[in-house]
Amino acid sequence: MKRWLPPVAIVALLLGAWELAARLDVIADALKLEPFLVPAPSDIAQALWQDRELLLENTWVTLQEVLAGFALSVAAGVAFAVVLHLSPTLRRAFYPLLVASQTVPIVVLAPILVVWLGFGIGPKLAIIALICFFPVTVNTLDGLGAVDPDLMKMMRTLDASRWQTLRRIEAPTALPYLFSGAKIAVAIAVIGAVFGEWAGSSSGLGHLIQEASAQLQTDRTFAAVVVLSAIAITLFALLAALERRVAWWGPNGPRS
Amino acid sequence: MRSTSEAPITEPHPVQRAPRAAGRGDARVDPVRASSGALQIRSLSHAFGPLRVIERLDLDLSEGEVLGIVGPSGCGKSTLLELVGGLLAPQKGTIEVEGAASPAARLARCAYMPQRDLLLPWLAAIDNAGLALRNRGASRAEARRLAHPLFERFGLAGFERSRPAQLSGGMRQRIAFLRTLLAGKPVLLLDEPFASLDAITRAEMQEWLARALATEARTAILVTHDVEEALYLSDRVTVLSARPAVALTELAAPRPRALPRLDAVTSQGFTSARERALAALSGGTR
Repeated sequence: MKRWLPPVAIVALLLGAWELAARLDVIADALKLEPFLVPAPSDIAQALWQDRELLLENTWVTLQEVLAGFALSVAAGVAFAVVLHLSPTLRRAFYPLLVASQTVPIVVLAPILVVWLGFGIGPKLAIIALICFFPVTVNTLDGLGAVDPDLMKMMRTLDASRWQTLRRIEAPTALPYLFSGAKIAVAIAVIGAVFGEWAGSSSGLGHLIQEASAQLQTDRTFAAVVVLSAIAITLFALLAALERRVAWWGPNGPRS
Repeated sequence: MRSTSEAPITEPHPVQRAPRAAGRGDARVDPVRASSGALQIRSLSHAFGPLRVIERLDLDLSEGEVLGIVGPSGCGKSTLLELVGGLLAPQKGTIEVEGAASPAARLARCAYMPQRDLLLPWLAAIDNAGLALRNRGASRAEARRLAHPLFERFGLAGFERSRPAQLSGGMRQRIAFLRTLLAGKPVLLLDEPFASLDAITRAEMQEWLARALATEARTAILVTHDVEEALYLSDRVTVLSARPAVALTELAAPRPRALPRLDAVTSQGFTSARERALAALSGGTR
């Protein structure tokens, strides 16, 4: 069986059932599937095609936010993880704060960030980086600490400095962990972008969703959601492919 | 001391050892060479909490000598090597390697080969072997150039660029040994180097190591729980008791390393030495 067959079959099956439920009045009435509440997949497909220019324009805006925010979170997350790894004191000091940062609801934070950073790309990047930072930091930190203690001893007898041990042993050990964190991060980055746009913006898929749903253009709302999912899936797949190339010794690498 | 007519290319040279040791207070320890021996241990005791691992142990090793240490599992053999190699500081007693007593100075003089090969999966075999050279500042090309002749010499030619995952257990262990040699230290500490191998590979590897030690002429401590392995590979064997380890007996090995392994282990001198070692071991197991 082809590898892509099961996911495609499941999606097709679900879409078929959904379409059927929306089209058959008996089921639609029983499930309260009003067209303005839950449009049929074919309506969404139609909206995707009709609004393609609108969607494309806004996708570009959101994609930029997602990519920049994700890059920022990976850079900051890795740097923070290395600092916490090298200093047990700082680690003890900051770790609870790191966890607490994830408990502050974005809806509380977003308006504040907009006031501080304006209506441009600033608050979106801040929000995306804030929620993506956590899985990246925690996973990288775990990876840096996952080195076999015997390996650390061996490096001492092979005249390695602290920096060399970090570079030659701990960093490669942590790399597959970093990828695990980054894959989680890239999927939630898309949600971050939507929240950021809701807090104040004039373009982007999140803005489009907000506008369309206020006008009960549900098919357009769903079309934008489909595009958001496609962005997340594509970025996730790209990261997974990159992982197989550059961190092939990890659990997701090809077995040699 | 064994013949050194075949000049070992990995002879530790001063440039390799001096700079790193200098920063670690080496100079303060060195001026008076306490003994001419490579290693001197006096009434060494070590405990982990209430667990006494080593008790009043004395050992001497002269330059170029290979000392086998056998003892029951968990008798503190690995701890002994970590103490000698400067990875641990002794609680009581003294350890001097080439007259230097501080852990840092011993670390600079001993190369430790752990039980597991611990090869880095992301590095090619030759880069694993040259890890210590890289740590001392050699470029990758330079490290490869120095490691290359050893691959030829130790039956690994053609496997320089292989990844560890593509190699057999015996080959991986050979590369781990080359990595230890290329650390360029005068004393080798070998911790059960073949414990993880199957019986046939193990016998092959013992012959291989016998040849390697003969050409390299290094001072070495070989820790093992296999009496035969110790007798075959060493000049002298010390039998340790169960924890806390004390030296039970010391045997001069019949030095059969020049012979093929099968001839060696069936020779008269060998079998009687093995019997004495085994008798000491069973008598000393509490």
